Amino acid sequence: MSSETLATILFIVVVGITIAITFWASRQNKTTADYYAAGRNFSGFQNGLAISGDYMSAASFLGISGLIALAGYDGFLYSIGFLVAWLVALLLVAELLRNSGRYTMADQLAFRMRQRPVRTAAATSTVVVSIFYLLAQMVGAGALVTLLLGVEGEFAKGVTIVLVGALMVFYVTVGGMKGTTWVQIVKAVLLISGTILITVLVLAKFDFNLSHLLGAAADNSGKGEAFLQPGLKYGATTTSQIDFLSLGLALVLGTAGLPHILIRFYTVPTAKDARTSVNWAIGIIGGFYLMSLVLGFGAAALLDTGPGSQVAATTGNLASPLLAQEVGGGDGTAGGAILLAFISAVAFATILAVVAGLTLTSASSVAHDLYATVWKRGEATEKDEVRVARIAAFVIGGIAILLAIPAQKLNIAFLVALAFAVAASANLPSLIYNLFWRQFNTRGAVWAIYGGLIVCVGLVFFSPVVSGPETGTALFADHDWSWFPLSNPGIISIPAGFLFGWLGTVTSKEPEAEDRFTELEVRALTGAGSERAVHH
Amino acid sequence: MTTDVPHAHDQAARHDPVYDELHESADFVELRRRFRNFAFPATAAFLAWYLLYVVMSNWADDFMSQQVVGHINVALVFGLLQFVSTFVLAFVYSKYMNRNVDQLARDVELRFNNESNGGAGR
Repeated sequence: MSSETLATILFIVVVGITIAITFWASRQNKTTADYYAAGRNFSGFQNGLAISGDYMSAASFLGISGLIALAGYDGFLYSIGFLVAWLVALLLVAELLRNSGRYTMADQLAFRMRQRPVRTAAATSTVVVSIFYLLAQMVGAGALVTLLLGVEGEFAKGVTIVLVGALMVFYVTVGGMKGTTWVQIVKAVLLISGTILITVLVLAKFDFNLSHLLGAAADNSGKGEAFLQPGLKYGATTTSQIDFLSLGLALVLGTAGLPHILIRFYTVPTAKDARTSVNWAIGIIGGFYLMSLVLGFGAAALLDTGPGSQVAATTGNLASPLLAQEVGGGDGTAGGAILLAFISAVAFATILAVVAGLTLTSASSVAHDLYATVWKRGEATEKDEVRVARIAAFVIGGIAILLAIPAQKLNIAFLVALAFAVAASANLPSLIYNLFWRQFNTRGAVWAIYGGLIVCVGLVFFSPVVSGPETGTALFADHDWSWFPLSNPGIISIPAGFLFGWLGTVTSKEPEAEDRFTELEVRALTGAGSERAVHH
Repeated sequence: MTTDVPHAHDQAARHDPVYDELHESADFVELRRRFRNFAFPATAAFLAWYLLYVVMSNWADDFMSQQVVGHINVALVFGLLQFVSTFVLAFVYSKYMNRNVDQLARDVELRFNNESNGGAGR
């Protein structure tokens, strides 16, 4: 059997499993809390797995190992930033959010602010963050299918995109939160198993000696010891060093502002379960990133990563699957074909699951915050709300797909880091202020969100990532309107979000809703009066 | 009450005075103090530790490039220590909350359930 046939069969099996789970879950969705928050009935461990599933996206699996394979040590920053970021979520956000919200990120702002402006703002930033994140997943899906089916060009891309798009709408409209949570759990288990397998096979080639692996990576990269030291990618100029710092900030502050992660805290019965689930997630994700270090250096040691190689041509996005093929026996062997097909199917499952989670989050926010609350002022029927969610999933998916086509040359982890920058700039300031600052008010929240969002997206738009010949991978390489030198805007846009939030608050004449903050604080810290689990 | 706030919404209208009372209670004040005394300094500490790592990676080449064992250099060890510190802090925080905060939270919530007029929490 050729590797293409095998890969196609495994793809179909993976998709089939997720569809079956979604149908099964849909039969248990009875109330709105079921649809949006899975009835708040998941255990801490289950939700920890689901969070890990949501978080270990194509960026973690394909992107990080690819960056390490190409840029050596500098790619490691992504793993570290993505992991340490969980402490912000654990210490400041997870438990308090569980107790003060209901279905979407906007809920905890709407708790003490004027509903319509804050819900509109929060829904807007939810959609923008999700589109950046989705775009990265689509780039991964495109690269995988091109690799596996050996077909290149517009047709294969078109088919992949339609397939992913159709599945996306299906998960969201049929399965709801319960369906996507189970898809995440299954996918997390698959991904971890696959990663452990490849890690062990790579290490076995080097007698389980990390130093030997690193030495081989340094030799094969052609860059010597510099490959194992910081600075290969970001050390050349002061601008690129500041870019590194900016990236580091965006990574560590982004996680606690990611809407699709935040709403996961609503799927457990208590704040204590939210804490447990983050602890599990930290353990699982940390272990996974340690393995991705082995995958990255393993790819550098065992694959051709020079200019013109397949790894370099896809900015590293295919390093993990190609590494699987190599440790299975190499191109043309049965072992290589099986491992390549297996790892690619796992990567595809990863992408599907993350896409489902992201689309559900943003479609929920449009349906619940924008349509039902802002537009219909709470008068919408549940049927209408689901119909709007369906349309929103369609539109948001469509935008992500359109943007993904010119972005095929960008590394996935790099793209996701932009989503992190948007989340840290637009969402984190209002979240933190809302939970800890009594005087924070509607204008502060609205300014924090729009201010952070506009500065962040604006700077990305005027960066070399979007236009100009400088990087060779810009979306519009033939035109050049770039003037902002950094490829990640975090170092400017995150402080801007906090600053706008403060400025909006102190210039507003809105009477303080003091008693609402009192209530929020008691609720957030003790769970008194918070949303309960649904018992059927 | 809150009904005279402009654009008051359903949640605002639901404010239950029992929250004011709980907010002033000794249990709650103590709970909040214990939570903040841990969470705020710990956040400052791990962010500083992480930023130190980023800054050193950028501007301390000589130090980071020193080899410790074989091809394993200071930079790699520093990076791995970030993993260790994350695991340890998550563990310590959970222990701390278990021991010092959770019981107080349960007490306050219990009081809420006994005293609230049924207007909150749906």
